Amino acid sequence: MGYRTINEANEAVIQKIIAAAPFLTDVVPAKSVIPELEDYVLLHAGPPIKYKNMTDPMQGSCVGAILFEGWAEDEKSARELLENDKVKFIPCHHVNAVGPMGGITSPNMPVLVVINKESGNEAYCQMNEGIGAVLRFGAYNEQVINRLHWMKDVLGPVLSKALKTFDGGLNVNVLIAKAIAMGDEFHQRNIAASLAFLKELSPVIASLEDVEKEQRTEVIQFLADTDQFFLNIAMATGKAMMDAARTIEHGTVVTAMCRNGENFGIRIAGMGDEWFTAPVNTPQGLYFTGYSAEDANTDIGDSAITETIGVGGMAMIAAPAVTRFVGTGGFNDALEISNQMTEICISENPNFVIPTWDFKGACLGIDARKVVETGITPVINTGIAHKIAGYGQIGAGTVHPPIECFEKAITAYAEKLGFKG
Amino acid sequence: MLYTIIKENTYKDSIVLMLLSNKLSAIDGVNKVSIMMGTPANKDIFKSSGLGTDELEKAKPNDIVIVVDTDQEEKVAEVKEEVEVALKGESDSQDTSKGQEAHNWKRAMELANNPNLALISIPGQYAAMEAENALNEGLHVFMFSDNVSKEDEVKLKQKAHEKGLLVMGPDCGTALIHGVPLAFTNNVNEGDIGIVGASGTGIQEVTTIIDRYGKGVTNALGTGGRDLSTEVGAITMLDSIKALNQDPKVKVITVISKPPAEEVQRKVLNVLRNIDKPVVTLFLGDKPSYQEENIYHAYTLEEAAVVAVQLSNGDKPNFEPTTVRNVNVLLKDSQVGIKGYYSGGTLATEAAMLVKDAFKDEISEEKKDGYILKTKNHEIIDLGDDVYTQGKPHPMIDPENRIEMIEKSVNDPKTAVIMIDNVIGNGGHEDMASELAPTIKRILNSARQEGRELAVLATVVGTAQDIQGYDKQIDTLKESGAIICKTNDQMVRTAIQLVGGKVEQPILDVQKFEYTQEDLVVDEKIMSFINMKPSVINIGLKSFTEAVQNSGSECVQFNWRPIAGGDEKLMKVLQFLNYYEGGTI
Repeated sequence: MGYRTINEANEAVIQKIIAAAPFLTDVVPAKSVIPELEDYVLLHAGPPIKYKNMTDPMQGSCVGAILFEGWAEDEKSARELLENDKVKFIPCHHVNAVGPMGGITSPNMPVLVVINKESGNEAYCQMNEGIGAVLRFGAYNEQVINRLHWMKDVLGPVLSKALKTFDGGLNVNVLIAKAIAMGDEFHQRNIAASLAFLKELSPVIASLEDVEKEQRTEVIQFLADTDQFFLNIAMATGKAMMDAARTIEHGTVVTAMCRNGENFGIRIAGMGDEWFTAPVNTPQGLYFTGYSAEDANTDIGDSAITETIGVGGMAMIAAPAVTRFVGTGGFNDALEISNQMTEICISENPNFVIPTWDFKGACLGIDARKVVETGITPVINTGIAHKIAGYGQIGAGTVHPPIECFEKAITAYAEKLGFKG
Repeated sequence: MLYTIIKENTYKDSIVLMLLSNKLSAIDGVNKVSIMMGTPANKDIFKSSGLGTDELEKAKPNDIVIVVDTDQEEKVAEVKEEVEVALKGESDSQDTSKGQEAHNWKRAMELANNPNLALISIPGQYAAMEAENALNEGLHVFMFSDNVSKEDEVKLKQKAHEKGLLVMGPDCGTALIHGVPLAFTNNVNEGDIGIVGASGTGIQEVTTIIDRYGKGVTNALGTGGRDLSTEVGAITMLDSIKALNQDPKVKVITVISKPPAEEVQRKVLNVLRNIDKPVVTLFLGDKPSYQEENIYHAYTLEEAAVVAVQLSNGDKPNFEPTTVRNVNVLLKDSQVGIKGYYSGGTLATEAAMLVKDAFKDEISEEKKDGYILKTKNHEIIDLGDDVYTQGKPHPMIDPENRIEMIEKSVNDPKTAVIMIDNVIGNGGHEDMASELAPTIKRILNSARQEGRELAVLATVVGTAQDIQGYDKQIDTLKESGAIICKTNDQMVRTAIQLVGGKVEQPILDVQKFEYTQEDLVVDEKIMSFINMKPSVINIGLKSFTEAVQNSGSECVQFNWRPIAGGDEKLMKVLQFLNYYEGGTI
């Protein structure tokens, strides 16, 4: 199929995003849906990176994942494996997956399965572990590893059973549409969506006859405690939507944004799988008591897939409650941010209507051309990790991709189309 | 008859859908309509209100269901369309940002009301690119910017011609589009004389003289100074001539240019010979050697204006040049020099032409930078030349350079006459006469103290409608001791007479020429362009926006800044992508 102009191609990409029909269908062991995940293989967030270039939290996550998988007895031998290149790394994005923060995903970790029924493609993301000492921020103590086992043995299977009771799975667009009207933007704030998810799931879980009562209670308690549980569902959803949009293979719409702590990587539709990278920035924001910008890790994680589909920081105005938390001031600042984001986007998404934005749809289709033209880069809401593994989250804020990613992408695309500069 | 529409997997809040139901009910020919999510409870409501259908049962809770009761099946499509529009989620609340300024093309195009003209005054290195963007947006272009390469000019004008658009410029200072003055242009009466000009002050001089004779000009199209070069080939001039010819409101066409390249002149004349309307041409610098039945070849700007007026009145062309009489200045025999300090380039050129003509036997020209004419006795300077405007505003805005020159000229005891133009109108200084007057007074005094007299001649290019006030400018200059001339032609001839010379007005035979048939059709877009007030996007100098708005036309200010942070390679990449057309991507 040919497109005469970039605008036509972009329109096709956008229509594909609007048409996406993401359904959460299952929770399964990662290796069962990602054949590349053999033993001694780990997935990571962001564009490709070598172990030695990973920041401390990401390296810590690797240790935790190895301990969880039992590839090593202790931290020392885990590090030996890593430092001697005994572990192979693949970016989550290369295997239909996304991962929060470090994004380290190992074969036996349970992953959420989101199917885009419009295109038939699937996307995966590990489940949210809650807050505090967690693997995604580089913690790997006993409590972390025990939780990972519980998620593998209890949470995953229970949710799998519960989700299978829904014919065709859970319609994620419906959850998003509801929660966006309740003040979520799906990156920094997911409480409404997490509750909407719990509302759907809890009656079903409660009635699962082949699960022990104690486990049912644990699962419901965990979901009730985990405000950000929906973030990982939103991430898998974003990946499922954008991977379908990527099949258009033309135009300048951004189809992925992610960071590995070293580099920020983007993809645009017209350049398929190619990453355009530049060194990451460090988030700006507010810190929990006792921490400051000096303690902050560089920008990390695949969660910017939410901004790629137009929510998260792009939809700041949807979540006035968050704007102060991420240090951007009040309602008017949020409004200004979202209005500014429309300048780099092509359209608005009729599926995600934002009441606080006078019922405009969320930003749709970041056009890399417009980013370069205006110098306005997408705004990403993000948690801030401590730069030392295991401390976990020390604040929240916003971060921008380096503009060089977009400059490289459109230049490469123009050259592909015959531009001779 | 009941019709059911189901939109699968689309969730909307019930309030949104209720509001939409009300809206849909208002459609003529729709008896009843309801739109709700397909939940079991809602299905019951459909049924109890007489809107139950079989298809309805298939709807799922996450589907939007619309049931329409109508006798006209075609109404279903209308309802469907209304729903699509409403569900797009675009708020139809008032856009409060109207009247704001834009800083990119998209916004500018949104804010503008059916724009058809881009007025570009940004730095030359970026101007060509934005002009191309404007053409791609389907806009005619007025390029005030200079420092645009000739290759770019050719490319732009060819592209414009193919698209049926007009590019005025680069380096175009003056144009009237359906009575709306752009950039440096005077407010003149509308009327049946149409002008095409490759020179800004040339257009200003001719239009203001026409205005002062009580006639008018509705369209004066500028082409930029290089339009009649071999490379550009008069693309804009030819399209403009054809447009004025097609316009029934134009009675006389006047063409003003410096002498073009020979083959280009042939091309232009051949088109003009195809035209039935009376035509006046002025190739300033060439002394006409013949006349034609339907084409009057003028020698000076005033002559072109006066003949255009006569033809517009249906009179026979008859131009008698004049000089100011009773000039009470006593010159010594040693005072033989004419000095012209001009702000208008074409006026300076005309002065040099006439002075050379008058003294052709006795003067040898010295080629010198910054002089239009430099001989042993005479000098004519265009202070708008690049030599004088490096890092300084144009002399029509800033009098400093000119004052300095005038002061110096009095030191030369050979100086007899000093000529000064004062070009007023949009874009010009708010009161140039008051800036120049003290200097004029001073030099007249100091000459007198040295036992000499001087003639300071001044002409004001303007009309009564110009904001500076034509009469006020004249009065101020007159009070300072300057002798006021009605036109530049009159001023130069007066100066020549004062030093004992004369320019012969040619008396010419009418000749007949063969010509080849030309296609005089011009694109509809150009015709509609000159037949209504332009809706303008002004890219650059904000004062141009105000001038356009003051004349009752719509104008959106585009506060341009280099895109992509001014990185030229990225700008080219963007332009390539933005206007890429191909079947292969």
